[in-house]
Amino acid sequence: MLHKQIASTKEAVADVFDGATVMIGGFGEAGSPIELIHALIDHGATNLTVINNNTGSGEVGLAALIKAHRVSKMICSYPRTANSTVFPKLYHDNEIELELVPQGTLAERIRAGGSGIPAFYTPTSVGTPLGEGKEVREIKGRNYVLEYGLTADFSLIKARKADTHGNLLYNKTARNFSPLMAMAGKTTVAQVQHIVQAGELDPETIITPGIFVQRVIEVDEPLLESALVAAGETYP
Amino acid sequence: MSGLTRDEMAKRLAHDIPNGAYVNLGIGIPELVAKFVPADREFIYHTENGLLGMGPAPKEGEGDPELINAGKRQVTALPGAAYFHHADSFSMIRGGHLDLSVLGALQVSSGGDLANWSTGGPDAIPAVGGAMDLVAGVKSVYVITQHCTKNGEPKLVEACTYPLTGVGVVNRIYTDLAVIEVTSDGFQLVELSPEISFEYVQERTGAPLLPKQENAS
Repeated sequence: MLHKQIASTKEAVADVFDGATVMIGGFGEAGSPIELIHALIDHGATNLTVINNNTGSGEVGLAALIKAHRVSKMICSYPRTANSTVFPKLYHDNEIELELVPQGTLAERIRAGGSGIPAFYTPTSVGTPLGEGKEVREIKGRNYVLEYGLTADFSLIKARKADTHGNLLYNKTARNFSPLMAMAGKTTVAQVQHIVQAGELDPETIITPGIFVQRVIEVDEPLLESALVAAGETYP
Repeated sequence: MSGLTRDEMAKRLAHDIPNGAYVNLGIGIPELVAKFVPADREFIYHTENGLLGMGPAPKEGEGDPELINAGKRQVTALPGAAYFHHADSFSMIRGGHLDLSVLGALQVSSGGDLANWSTGGPDAIPAVGGAMDLVAGVKSVYVITQHCTKNGEPKLVEACTYPLTGVGVVNRIYTDLAVIEVTSDGFQLVELSPEISFEYVQERTGAPLLPKQENAS
């Protein structure tokens, strides 16, 4: 029987290797799989390339992973946010590499990567510093830059509900990058608040079909990044 | 001569948005536009992190940390709202489905170039978010900004010195002093703020300002 439920977050990230590329879902704290990130910190994999829209806040979740020097390169659109101090410090000290990507280009690169599209042309960033050095092509009288698809060894995402086949439903704007990252990750791990048996979800309502998800782990009361930051918590 | 307040600038801009428009409001002064929807109109707000039909901030204690806007502040979803992932959200943006993007600016050139994401300083952490996608794809781009910087430098210039967000993308500029259209001939005055003179605006603009065309709207 197909059954993708994993017993622990530890087990869910156990095979993440040094040098892996890891996509992490979330826009700020909305959709951030904080328990999976903390398990990844405990696991110890290092020299990671991490793809996320931001760089975390405070010293929990993604910011804690960066602070632990596990991330050698960030690919993101907006690396500074309120309460984001860890990344700026390492960046100024030249201890972490940054590939800055416009937000929509980042999303499309992830979708393309997960869809078997190696590259595409977009009007975004033409004539700006982020378009410099990229191939430009004129199509029907307008210029476009060539952008490459992104894939990952692992995608760590958060959803509201899953079934044992890995079909996923999300919560409000916490959906953001996760359906795209699920497609682009060789191994996609979803932490969800509630797992039901296959057949219990209405097929018409499923947002991410289970074929894109390899592991689901139930975290019924996920931590909230903003609450942890407000309480001055750090991880580990 | 003092010009409009931020609220008055936002109200002036809101007056020019047609009924039924799909609108993306940037962070900062653009957010104020939502407070001034004329009584006979309905605008649908898009926030690029994945919501159409964005409403105001929730009442204290009634928010959801996973229902936020692009500035990562808690918002609400109005009746008729829809959630979607980022690829759909930016398809709406780049695909020309949104009617209007309202953005802040560091500088706007007389050719409509916009600089609003980085001062390019050696210590600045570059961060772009969705600004480059918005200016590349939304049908109209309105900038709302103070006419000059805090140091009195013009923000409307011949050519931007800060890193560009997009080339030739701005349609209109709403400042504390005036409403200005970007035309193929450069900055064209549409309207002066009360008690503000043309000369006063021109002195504070870093490129020639064409006088108002009397027959234009």
